[in-house]
Amino acid sequence: MSKALLYDSTVCIGCKQCEQACAAQNKLPYDDAIASEEIQSDHKMTVLLTRGDKFMRRLCMNCKDPSCASVCPVGALQKTALGPVTYDPSKCMGCRYCMVACPFSVPKYEWGKLVPKVQKCTMCPDRVSQGKQTACAEICPTGATKFGEYNDLVAEAQQRIHDNPGKYVDHIYGLDEVGGTSVLLLSAVPFETFGYRTNLSKDPMPMLTYRVLSHIPDFVPLGGMVLGGIWWITHRREEVALAEGRTTDEKKNGRKE
Amino acid sequence: MARATTFKFTFWKLVFLLLMACGVYATFIRFTQGLGASTHLNDQFPWGIWISFDVLCGVMLAAGGFTLTAAVHILNVKRLHSIIRPTILTAFLGYILVCAALMYDLGKPYNIWHPLIMRNPHSVMFEVAYCVMLYTTVLALEFSPIVLERFNLQKPLKVVRTILIPLVIFGVILSTLHQSSLGTLYLIVPEKLYPLWYTPLLPVFFFLSAIAVGLAMTIFESSLSSKHFGLQLELPVLRELGRVLVVVLGVYAILRFEDLANRGVLKLALHPGYEMYLFWLEISLALILPLALLLQPKVRSSANGLYLAAVLVVLGFITNRMNVSITGFEGSTGVRYFPKWTELAVTGMIIAAGFALFGLAVKYLPIFPKEETVQERLAVPVNLESAVSPMLEHAGD
Repeated sequence: MSKALLYDSTVCIGCKQCEQACAAQNKLPYDDAIASEEIQSDHKMTVLLTRGDKFMRRLCMNCKDPSCASVCPVGALQKTALGPVTYDPSKCMGCRYCMVACPFSVPKYEWGKLVPKVQKCTMCPDRVSQGKQTACAEICPTGATKFGEYNDLVAEAQQRIHDNPGKYVDHIYGLDEVGGTSVLLLSAVPFETFGYRTNLSKDPMPMLTYRVLSHIPDFVPLGGMVLGGIWWITHRREEVALAEGRTTDEKKNGRKE
Repeated sequence: MARATTFKFTFWKLVFLLLMACGVYATFIRFTQGLGASTHLNDQFPWGIWISFDVLCGVMLAAGGFTLTAAVHILNVKRLHSIIRPTILTAFLGYILVCAALMYDLGKPYNIWHPLIMRNPHSVMFEVAYCVMLYTTVLALEFSPIVLERFNLQKPLKVVRTILIPLVIFGVILSTLHQSSLGTLYLIVPEKLYPLWYTPLLPVFFFLSAIAVGLAMTIFESSLSSKHFGLQLELPVLRELGRVLVVVLGVYAILRFEDLANRGVLKLALHPGYEMYLFWLEISLALILPLALLLQPKVRSSANGLYLAAVLVVLGFITNRMNVSITGFEGSTGVRYFPKWTELAVTGMIIAAGFALFGLAVKYLPIFPKEETVQERLAVPVNLESAVSPMLEHAGD
């Protein structure tokens, strides 16, 4: 049911049509100068990197359990059932926690604008919900970027590695990283070459904060009861002392209680 | 004497006006040209000094509020009562200034109310947003008796005093959540934050250090106030705080190094480099020097010794917050961040505003004990029978 993208860098010819189609789809400018930029930015959601005769795409991984959606206080970022991680600028208040939290450092910000938005690839949610491919997959002349069912693409990626021993690094990037992503990558050279982090946990990152947050509903009543109890004891002591006609010992009080 | 005071105030007024002028100009740039033109923030470094200092340190410096209200109202430590008002004032001002700083840092500040209706309880930032909103309200209520007394409004005063204990308890819970949640924010970036600072215990460390800074700030502002407003220094009270401070710092130090050892990253503390130097700067200022000072009974009982130790603790944990939020990210992002002048100007203006508002409040409101006790005894009859009596607040007088 869930859709995914499989990018096989060994099939890629580096034509950058994916960049151009992405810009057109998201109504962003695209010219030769922008084409030569090798970093994702507020005006470039996907980048085709060239290292010698090897290519690699960088785009939002559209994680299964995305950090950005988990940390967004207002739910501007959402994981949809179809796969895309969408962004609603009208909800966003611009705290930029998504940018800090993303393990792939994908979300970018419109620093130059007075009413800024976060910009990231959202896996063409409008097209995908209409049953169409993403813009980058549709335009790709060699099929290096392939759109399809998640399970089918995982099987296909495994098959390609299996059928071509030595051709690929024996790793499907995105299969296990941070609990899995909707973008899967195959490469002939180590992923670090293109700046991909390979030290990522196999568990979804949101668990790291949710483990702490989930204690709050217990902590609040418990804390209230403990503090209330302490208050009751300290003041009951004072009451008793007063009733018995003793004066409360200031010094002792100050130190012990 | 009078002349000296006047001169002093004129000098500080000049400094204040200069800071304000720079701040206003920086504000103009921020809101007419955007974040890009007014900060050195970028896609690699989306959070800068406005988060690190104004928010993380601002909230930490306001921690005296919950520490002291808990000690006085819940634990019934009456000796501390005389310094509770200036401490609540500091906390309240601190939170107001944190809110002000947020308006600069948020990309779309006019959407700051969105968490009220758009809720994502899985987000630490959502928790932070609610803690800021609710605790600022609690602080306003805890502060309100001072204003109500000033204008002799007995009815609302009675209402606030009746709900004081539940209010204090709620405030302590919110503060615990808020102080720790600022550490929880960074739990989601294990691959980005340098291992000397990333630890699953971040929320615990943020909370413990907030208590230490709360105590240190109380010592600091009491000492400073006694100098500037010609008030008598409550030395025995400060000594008491100094003793507790030793314990809190000791516990923090043990936990911190135990955690580094457990995670096997203690060797990084000896691995020469940018991170190592800033780590030891933090540890020296926050732990080694203050503990060395405060463990000597002679220093601990002197006004100057306490003052010095308190300043060191405050500076040390400011360094800690900066390290967690800036230094610790520079390695993984490969970018060095140093704030632009506009960022510094806004922060400077906010600090200056804090000092000025504190001065004004002390001048026009019954903040320090002398005025307070006199007004108290005139205004409200003593009721010894009921433990729930609002007079509890002043039971020690």
